[in-house]
Amino acid sequence: MSLQIQNLTKIYDQQKAVDSISFSVKEGEIVGFLGPNGAGKSTTMKIVTGYLPPSSGIVKVGGYDVQEQPLHVKKIIGYLPEHNPLYLDMYVHEYLGFVGGLYGLKERALKSRVEEIIALCGLTLEQNKKLESLSKGYRQRAGLAQALLHDPGVLILDEPTSGLDPNQIIEIRKVIKEVSRNKTVLFSSHIMQEVQALCDRVIVINKGKIVADDQLSNLLQHRGGSTLVVEFKEEVNIDELSSIEGVASVTTLSAFKCKVHVQPGVDVRSELFKYASDKNRSLIELKVEEHSMESIFKELTSEEKEK
Amino acid sequence: MIQIFAKEFNGFLNSLIAYIVIGVFLTGIGMLMWVFPETAVLDYGYADMDTLFSLGPYVFIFLIPAITMRSFAEEKKMGTMELLLTKPLSEWDIIMGKFLAGFALVLVAVIPTLIYYYSVYLLGEPTGNIDTPGVIGSYIGLILLGGVFCSIGIFASSITPNQIVSFVAAAFLCLIFYSGFDSFSSLITEGGWALRIKQLGILDHYDSMSRGLIDSRDLLYFFSVTGLMLLLTKTVLSSRQW
Repeated sequence: MSLQIQNLTKIYDQQKAVDSISFSVKEGEIVGFLGPNGAGKSTTMKIVTGYLPPSSGIVKVGGYDVQEQPLHVKKIIGYLPEHNPLYLDMYVHEYLGFVGGLYGLKERALKSRVEEIIALCGLTLEQNKKLESLSKGYRQRAGLAQALLHDPGVLILDEPTSGLDPNQIIEIRKVIKEVSRNKTVLFSSHIMQEVQALCDRVIVINKGKIVADDQLSNLLQHRGGSTLVVEFKEEVNIDELSSIEGVASVTTLSAFKCKVHVQPGVDVRSELFKYASDKNRSLIELKVEEHSMESIFKELTSEEKEK
Repeated sequence: MIQIFAKEFNGFLNSLIAYIVIGVFLTGIGMLMWVFPETAVLDYGYADMDTLFSLGPYVFIFLIPAITMRSFAEEKKMGTMELLLTKPLSEWDIIMGKFLAGFALVLVAVIPTLIYYYSVYLLGEPTGNIDTPGVIGSYIGLILLGGVFCSIGIFASSITPNQIVSFVAAAFLCLIFYSGFDSFSSLITEGGWALRIKQLGILDHYDSMSRGLIDSRDLLYFFSVTGLMLLLTKTVLSSRQW
């Protein structure tokens, strides 16, 4: 099931939280929705799930308009809200049973589905506990279980790993990765590694506007290219290095070590080796520093501020 | 709607709310009816149930807001409102589920007082000398009044995430609707207006039902006030601005 957003705008009082954004997510795609806090990620997700009405624009999920056929849309969406609200006084299986009932599951089908999802989300040992007594990681699993219970075609996860410790983050990611096969997933985060670990495609949003929407690999390649750290046994000659084709600039780290910034889409490693052997220098280290999501994120979201 | 109703009603049973409400209502009314000499049937000497029907509403003014105060306020505070509103439920499903759960608890609290009717019935001289149609009318009035109070409580709960604000607002609104209009009308000397204002209050209609006369106008009044309150709740909920 696909997801289409056209010219979506949401205005709170005077402030434009989301400013005429458009994008679509194809069936089976996992899209990371990135942006600094207050960029409009949650607002967009709340509109897609039918919680908030948009000020203008159209949102279609699986072909249904969110405004016109909210019940159809809500049936095919699984949603994990930010802060993961739960009925803390309920038991895990009771809670999942309640949510399943809301989706029209009954008796045996409901029972077997709840058991299945409890196993899938790794809650088997916790299922007879009250939600309030669970740790944050398990609560997050319960929230995820709730979103997955009716086997939705579209999964919307708002910061699913916020506030978890590194081990829990990895576990939650594993669950997400496992269940997201054959599902359309829109998933927000401000943690870059997470996006790298999970998504095919990234949409970066800042101040209510989309600043980048691309495949992750393209984004990594085209934004600023890569950086190499090079160390020689001899002193570095910056001018010589800079003259190699494809090198954008060179910064020295020490007398023997320097950083070579490479133009987007070019690989200069073999040229570097050739240069070293031609000039009879011994190259003792060559390390590729991938242009990380973090610096791209920084670049994209601060660019906007300067304008 | 049934799922919401079940969740709410189970919530009452799993917390102490249900037992406290039923316990306080039955103890309070029981003491007033049978023990305290000023209001007790035994000292009064007449076989009627006026104590229950005249004091019951005042007990309800405190108890029903206590039942309904958390219904929306708690969900908003915990953020679970977002969960419910993104499930395939209409807003009416949520409102009616919560309203009916509160109303059902009120019914459960009222049903045991049928024993009082049977006791008074036996105590009459000769046995059975009680105004049965009057009692039936009063019961219907009391139950409808419970419905109105529940809808007021649900509305008050929908306007705030704070349970105490919700409770106080609901109790105040219940009092206004029950006897406020009646008291206010006594301030007005011009005949026609006084009556009209009096008729806006519950007391006027409640009294007329307790005479055993079930008038469609009174029924219409109770249903409209309940409906109006639920409609206001729906408006508040749809605005998504709390």
